[in-house]
Amino acid sequence: MADKDRKRVAYYPGCTLEGTGHAYNRSTKAVGKELGLELVELKNWNCCGAMEVKNIDNQVQTYLSARNLAIAEEMGFDTVMAPCNGCYHNLKKAEYDLEHNPTAIAANQRISQKAGHATYHPGKVETIHALDWLIDAVGLDEMARRAQGRLKGMKVANYYGCMYTRPRHIFPEKDKGPGSESTLKPHFMDDILAAAGAENVEFPLKTACCGGAHALSDSDISTRLVLNILETAEACGAEVIATECPTCHTGLEMHKVRAEKTLGRKTNIKILYFTQLLGMAMGLSAKKVGVNENYLDSSDLLKSKGLG
Amino acid sequence: MPIHEKSLIRPENLVTNDNLVIDGVDVSGHWSTFIKSRTVTDYNEAMQEEIAAMPGGENIHRCWQCGSCTNACTVNAVNPEFNPRYWIYLIRTGMEEELLRDKDIIWQCVSCNKCTYACPRDVFPEGVMKATAHWLELKGHTGKSPSSHFDDDFTESIIDTGMIEEARVLLTFFKRTKQPLAQPWLIALITSLLKKMPVGYLFRLGFLTVFRPKVRNWSKNRVALQEYVDERKAAQRAALGMTGKGDH
Repeated sequence: MADKDRKRVAYYPGCTLEGTGHAYNRSTKAVGKELGLELVELKNWNCCGAMEVKNIDNQVQTYLSARNLAIAEEMGFDTVMAPCNGCYHNLKKAEYDLEHNPTAIAANQRISQKAGHATYHPGKVETIHALDWLIDAVGLDEMARRAQGRLKGMKVANYYGCMYTRPRHIFPEKDKGPGSESTLKPHFMDDILAAAGAENVEFPLKTACCGGAHALSDSDISTRLVLNILETAEACGAEVIATECPTCHTGLEMHKVRAEKTLGRKTNIKILYFTQLLGMAMGLSAKKVGVNENYLDSSDLLKSKGLG
Repeated sequence: MPIHEKSLIRPENLVTNDNLVIDGVDVSGHWSTFIKSRTVTDYNEAMQEEIAAMPGGENIHRCWQCGSCTNACTVNAVNPEFNPRYWIYLIRTGMEEELLRDKDIIWQCVSCNKCTYACPRDVFPEGVMKATAHWLELKGHTGKSPSSHFDDDFTESIIDTGMIEEARVLLTFFKRTKQPLAQPWLIALITSLLKKMPVGYLFRLGFLTVFRPKVRNWSKNRVALQEYVDERKAAQRAALGMTGKGDH
């Protein structure tokens, strides 16, 4: 895993990072640039199918990711980095299905041929998350050196959500002992922010669900799930929730407001992408990491910590 | 949250008589309450095969009823009536009428995959929930859930252009599910956004709404995907013994 050169990787932002999650896109690119890493965007990429297409047909979803992987291969990359948990999950799932599921293999071949492009075969391109990317390409020591403890005294609850660790079988590189990511208690984001000086609180809901898939179709359940996450993080002593998924991030922001308006339960915790926190720790301005593109305001906290 | 089990003694099956005499003995009062005998005769023997023919339901036959899925379930913690293990049991034993009691909540699965993570038999209960929800709609037991509307809107957009354009998908969704856009929390959110959004970003959002983002040279992909999806949907309807094209 770490033997590959991750300083120059293919970049798959995905639809959400072009829209509601634009702050994550901006901050990821800014952090990469600051650390001397090169992101080459996939040419003419398509949507991964999010959490919806698989409910219409699994194989269509696999094909959508396979096409993106084929583009990465054609561009000469062995690694594609997807910061969005949904995209990351779907690329990983396609990789798994194309190795193990004959129906998926046949469907991918058929649709690829009809569409007139090369069929992707598994094992050619490895999919990594922005967390893997930073840890592999830069390393915690270098990030600590660059951040000079600027996040000191900031109490952070790290929230990873569902798609980064579940289901386990599509993440063969996780749960491999020291140095690898854990699917039960993920820690890469904790490690990165701790390197930047942050004080991570013990947060039991790291991989709880925010109800993102039904953020609008079943708002009441989503609001209850989000409120539980926000209130638990506050009870654990956190001032800010660090996120690494645009769907979770937007879900937390939306339903924080909705909980206040419909249930009368106000929470004061801030919500920021981990790339925003890391970027500001490395001395980037709040504007450069897109803090003003978040739905909710975090400026008072950032000011009190002398960040941005 | 402890593992929740639904009681088979339902209120509607309890019968209390005001005056009851059995074999010349007056048993009025407390002793006159009886549980109606419960006979199941209307098994749907094809039910497991039907669910298995829907996307996500393929592995339902592997379940051995350990209950790990229900124990891990996110929605179960909010609503104890949401019980994947129990529904898988009903499907496998063909008790369609029993399953239909819960028909209006099965679609509420949030796809967090905690059940799939916990399942020792690779049943993929998350997929089974989605398969069951679609089965209920296809059979006409329920109308389209908001979740299915969302699935349709997304998939249509992706097959058409290769991408989703969030604002458009959301507006279609609100329209199809007949939800008002002027909800207090949505207004609060948009106001907060407008207050601090740089003009350039708003302009870009507006631009994206007018000029729909598209994947270049997608037309062949569109044809190939549409053909595949139509074929799969026809196969699903055939597996359920339905003929004709239908609108699903």
